[in-house]
Amino acid sequence: MESYRGSLARPGAALLWLALTAAPAAAQGGSGWGIREENVSALVLFIVFSIVIVVSIRLARMGRPLFVRRIAGLNAVEEAIGRSTELGRKVLYVPGIMSIDEVQTLASLAVLKHVAKHTAEYGTPLDVPNKDPLTFAAARETVKEAYLEAGRPDLFSDDIVHYITYDQFAYTAAVSGIMVREKPAANFLVGSFYAESLLLAEAGQGTGAIQIAGTAEVAQIPFFVVTCDYTLIGEELYAASAYLSREPVMLGSVKGQDFVKLMLLAWIVIGLLIATFFGNLALQGWLQPQ
Amino acid sequence: MFRKRIPLLLTFIAGMLPILSFLFRGPALRDEDPTGNGILHVSDTFERWMVILAAAALLLGVVNVFQVNLRKISNRAQGWPYALVFLLALTITGFFGLWDAFSRASNTAWYAHAAYNWIVEAGFKPLQATMFSLLAFYVASAAFRAFRVRNVEAAILLAAALLIMLGVNPYVVRALPFLPDLTQWTLNIPNAAAQRGIIIGAALGAASMALRILIGIERSYLGLQKGE
Repeated sequence: MESYRGSLARPGAALLWLALTAAPAAAQGGSGWGIREENVSALVLFIVFSIVIVVSIRLARMGRPLFVRRIAGLNAVEEAIGRSTELGRKVLYVPGIMSIDEVQTLASLAVLKHVAKHTAEYGTPLDVPNKDPLTFAAARETVKEAYLEAGRPDLFSDDIVHYITYDQFAYTAAVSGIMVREKPAANFLVGSFYAESLLLAEAGQGTGAIQIAGTAEVAQIPFFVVTCDYTLIGEELYAASAYLSREPVMLGSVKGQDFVKLMLLAWIVIGLLIATFFGNLALQGWLQPQ
Repeated sequence: MFRKRIPLLLTFIAGMLPILSFLFRGPALRDEDPTGNGILHVSDTFERWMVILAAAALLLGVVNVFQVNLRKISNRAQGWPYALVFLLALTITGFFGLWDAFSRASNTAWYAHAAYNWIVEAGFKPLQATMFSLLAFYVASAAFRAFRVRNVEAAILLAAALLIMLGVNPYVVRALPFLPDLTQWTLNIPNAAAQRGIIIGAALGAASMALRILIGIERSYLGLQKGE
């Protein structure tokens, strides 16, 4: 809890509250300010979601015990790095192909930090090839900091996190080449992937590496499921940083998310019953943001 | 203070702007668009600025490519001939690309454009197509492994896949006319239900992650240490 003393939670909440209250008030003054009526359902959901998450974080801060179900893929992270260490081979980490404005990439960087910390502790070589230049810059900082945190800044070099190309298939060819030639013992494919997902995972499968994948791209999940040993499906990827850090505050947000999911489920059932028995679909238009 | 607070504050502002522009409208900032949403305009401007950041980062990336690969070549590290090919391809393509870009108005424009075009059309595009077409083989090998019936889940996967594949095969459909309806039902009902479950979970996960980033709880992407 101490570690988050410097967070923007308080000024952030104040600013958010100011934005939410000032806009409708200004709208009455006719200065062009106002709520976008077409997205009012999203605003309601945003407020409810924010409140539930903030309350969950608050409860976690107060020391309430939190249970988060076991995620096999994340438990296997250390096993995969340990295997690489025993075999004396490198760990390959692919942070997806999208830029830093994609939430999956940010989630991937959080997992990368955890992986890099362990490779630094064990002295295992790590390789992080990048497709996006902004992700490359962020990944380099993340890994450098992880090596520093692990007390092994001497092991960090610029060759660990390196840039390849901005072209999707040229990048795929280069990473597949690394997998086939250098035979990493563990491959992490975590982030946002598209057509290259199967090409990368199948190339890694062919080398016999232990593979841990994670993505929220629904179309790519089946490819990872059939070719990788463990797959973080959708929300598991976003929960990864909280799960790995075991910080109560982070886990609190995951519990809050579960609670909102429960509320949405109840909402779906209520809507289903209304539509089935009363044929009233008026809510449908309200729930559809433009 | 500056290392921690400023990046977190910038993240908060840049993260809140798209949310606010989606939910609220503000006074127009441009005379030519008096009904425009001012908040959306600011948010879009921020998004456009990202191109500048990306261009600067790309330059950093190119420098890194040269550093890493030159080191590999000079050390005769494993796979150094590939590094050499990589650097040669980058230099030659870069040279003709820049020549093409800077000689548009000059008499040599035709040569530069033809050379660059040839590299792209005769070299780059066929290589791209080759990589993409490998997918067909990988789909077959992945399917072969996935469809081995080792447990109940694999058996269900095999049955569903067979149903979908046979349901779009004209010869099979002629013999079993009810199959396309069954295939469509499988896609529209159980498959869509599972996909929507994943999508809802992922969307909530992304929103939760975004909120953690906005309020500064999640900060590993900034390279900040615990306690900073």
